[in-house]
Amino acid sequence: MIAKLILRDKVYEVRAGMTLLDALKKSSIVPESVIAIRDGELITDDEVLRAGDEIKLVAVISGG
Amino acid sequence: MKCRQCDQKASIHMRQHKLALCKEHYLEWIPEQTARFIKKYGMFTPNEKILVAVSGGKDSLSLWDILVRLGYQADGLYLGLGIDAGINYSHESQRLAQKFADENNLKLHVVDVEKEYGHSIPALSEISHRGHGRPCAVCGLAKRHEMNRIARDFGYDVLATGHNLDDEAAVLFGNTLKWSSEYILRQSPVLPSADGLARKVKPLCRFYEREMTAYAIMRGIEYIYDECPFADGSQSIFYKEALNQLETARSGAKLIFYLSFLEAKKSGHLFVEKNVGQSQLHSCPTCGQPTSTPDFCSFCRMIQKAAETPDQ
Repeated sequence: MIAKLILRDKVYEVRAGMTLLDALKKSSIVPESVIAIRDGELITDDEVLRAGDEIKLVAVISGG
Repeated sequence: MKCRQCDQKASIHMRQHKLALCKEHYLEWIPEQTARFIKKYGMFTPNEKILVAVSGGKDSLSLWDILVRLGYQADGLYLGLGIDAGINYSHESQRLAQKFADENNLKLHVVDVEKEYGHSIPALSEISHRGHGRPCAVCGLAKRHEMNRIARDFGYDVLATGHNLDDEAAVLFGNTLKWSSEYILRQSPVLPSADGLARKVKPLCRFYEREMTAYAIMRGIEYIYDECPFADGSQSIFYKEALNQLETARSGAKLIFYLSFLEAKKSGHLFVEKNVGQSQLHSCPTCGQPTSTPDFCSFCRMIQKAAETPDQ
């Protein structure tokens, strides 16, 4: 009963059934710093993660 | 979570506005808000010619997309910086800027710094010893110089950049930590034109970086995702990360920080506004652009020094 968060080349495994927001916090990812995509669609952070989900996280920070 | 406007499933939740929107309404909302900010800050009128500085990144390409959708006459300018770093960074960003221009039948000016001045940005950085081992200072200097040159030479009324609120808040944060009053007072959504200097505007300055990323993705704009190789570990990224920590703990912190600054500045109570402005500017004997020194401008001095230095 695992869902995966994928950020660049890192994969974070979290328990299915938790919200995206909780999963990000549990993985020490700052929610404000990413956009989450499931099956090609953006999802909000109250979304409940399902078993087998692979959530692509897009980092938003750029600049130098 | 549902879209406030149509009850469909929301694609984005902007906590600082307590606003959730679906894809369709978000893609309408961003241009509407941009139009509002353009008007609010008096950035430009529909009859003016705009030069958009495009890097191939999400912000500048989204800005170009939005301005064209709003009906403005907006051409693009891409500056080839000659940054490779093993990932073909400049080549790939130019390809994406050109692809966007071609797909939308838009005019893109391309300036290759190395072809124009004989050295890439990393080479200029090494030769000039500016920036403490990082080319970012030289890059910023060259960008400002070349953007202004092209705007002036091709008769554009205004130069638009894709700076978002996170960019602005990070700069403000850094300058506030040092209490750099002159830099703080100079920061604005609009920098008016002066002799030889094009007006500069930042139409995206009220949007979070996260919102611009969402816009680019939802609009299907292909942008360069890789960070500039030299930006890794930079101060501005460190400040952005710190502000995002703050934002996570207190929704709206970044927005309040930036907007409160603009309000305080507008009220005239921020600092005593003396010795600010361009009263001390002189014309550079080589390029004719304004400079605060009575001699050649920093950019021309750097190029001169590079020309006198044997190739490395």
